[in-house]
Amino acid sequence: MNDPILSVRNLSIASGLEDRAPILRRVSLDLAPGEALGLVGESGAGKSTLAKALLGVLPRTVHITEGEILFDGHDLGRLARREARAIFGDAIALIPQDPTTALNPGRRIEAQLTDGLRLRRGIGSSEARARALSLLGEVRISDPERALRAYPHQLSGGMRQRILIAAAFALEPKIIVADEPTTALDATVQKQILRLIRRMREAHRTAIIFVTHDFGVVAQICDRIALLFAGAVIECGPTAEVLAAPKHPYTRALIAAAPRYDRPNAGLAPVPESVVAQLRIEVAADHGRPDAG
Amino acid sequence: MGAPMRDDLVVARGIAVAYGGKRRLGGERVGAVTVLHDVDIRVGRGETVGIVGESGSGKTTLGRALLRLIDIDAGAIVFDGRDITGLPESQMRPLRRRMQMIFQDPMTSLNPRRTVRRILVEPLLFHRVARDGADAERRVRQFFDRVAMPAACLDRTPHELSGGQRQRVGIARAALLEPDFVLADEIVSGLDVSTQAQALSLLKTLTHDLGLAMAFISHDLSVIRAICDRVYVMQGGRVVEEGRCEDVFAAPRSRYTQLLIDAIPLPEIDPGWLDRDVAPEIE
Repeated sequence: MNDPILSVRNLSIASGLEDRAPILRRVSLDLAPGEALGLVGESGAGKSTLAKALLGVLPRTVHITEGEILFDGHDLGRLARREARAIFGDAIALIPQDPTTALNPGRRIEAQLTDGLRLRRGIGSSEARARALSLLGEVRISDPERALRAYPHQLSGGMRQRILIAAAFALEPKIIVADEPTTALDATVQKQILRLIRRMREAHRTAIIFVTHDFGVVAQICDRIALLFAGAVIECGPTAEVLAAPKHPYTRALIAAAPRYDRPNAGLAPVPESVVAQLRIEVAADHGRPDAG
Repeated sequence: MGAPMRDDLVVARGIAVAYGGKRRLGGERVGAVTVLHDVDIRVGRGETVGIVGESGSGKTTLGRALLRLIDIDAGAIVFDGRDITGLPESQMRPLRRRMQMIFQDPMTSLNPRRTVRRILVEPLLFHRVARDGADAERRVRQFFDRVAMPAACLDRTPHELSGGQRQRVGIARAALLEPDFVLADEIVSGLDVSTQAQALSLLKTLTHDLGLAMAFISHDLSVIRAICDRVYVMQGGRVVEEGRCEDVFAAPRSRYTQLLIDAIPLPEIDPGWLDRDVAPEIE
């Protein structure tokens, strides 16, 4: 791999409360410039916590207990406030999951889309407006003038998601964290949005961390997959390899558990209890708290 | 070979439903939004029928109309040979046990302050399926064995269960009443894939063993394909395609069905997928 743009080294995150299991266990991941990495896992696997750590929005109740997140010469876990402001929401931006709650219902799209340009880049409002219009064109909104004047509730879910994508790319970030950006959308809209994200990423050469539970989505959009279970990376590799020849029995079982319309007779097999139990033992042994070893 | 002609259990013809609007003197309605237009649907005894569509397609409204949970503006609903379209609630009540519903979100459909035992035993006594409390308890425990639920869960409240367990309680609540027909509305959409596989295979076994007919509403064609015999595809309040799953998936006749199928990403590399058959970007 080229020099990674982001390097997560042995990152452990735990709840501040006593006797809680670690949320992330010695996670190590590299992200190459322009690469799309899929973070996959079931609920509670730790993928959202990792995404939050990358965006500097970990809840106050959890703490980084070990390891570092290296980006542009900084450890993101130990940033001064001034440095944090130049990175989070700027060099590292978010495409959120739910387009209905991510926009402020009381402000017009223009204000929300130009905030970053005006406040972080000091661009005047007429130039910011021109940039916003061009971004809306890029995300294929047919009447950008009208969209700028609109309030969020006047737009469809797919349209709001396009606007959030435009907002994420507005400051030309190096990395975009997309947190289940299509989970709340209808399938046909999901496909349009996935295509849009791919096009934007290619045009802007942005690296993407794509958080999802859907192997189908990663297959179509990510170069590599990292599969998490109980806070640990179980398997990580190029998408084609992980999907076609998963190394870990858990990966294999999880891929097989999702029904496929093209294989109606493949059966509906949940991940076997034995696989999960074995995995819990492995994870606890390999990735346990440092003081436990 | 045509569709197997089964004995019909639920038949709805020409269903129309509109929401909102005002009724003028003389009954004419103005300003209403029509969400179902002239929908025909039938569910055979013991048959699992899928109703698939995107948000706003009318699938949930159709399901609720079949159970007479909402009023319809036109059409007729026949349940087990009896026209129930205009039946007053007092006469619907004896039929209610025979048509049950499994809800999307067990967290909001199960009373959070009651134990699982009470949630399951009470309807059995109310509908006189069980002779007495002891009989009800025996039935519940038997069912728990069958669906691999620990009996210890009976003393817990819904929020103390895992998502998969809660969903099984929702299924148990409906199935214990020995209905002929269940409506399942998006019941696996919030679950992890492993839990989803478990819930789906449980439903498949139950409907088979109990001879239950089911209308299974989902936005997910892969899930529909996994457990349904036949499918209705809905768009904008209309049925745009109907047929046996085998046939519909092998050769969809409607352009919209094809679009829905092509919108499902499969877990394998398919370099052309993103560019193939994308819905027009109408926004």
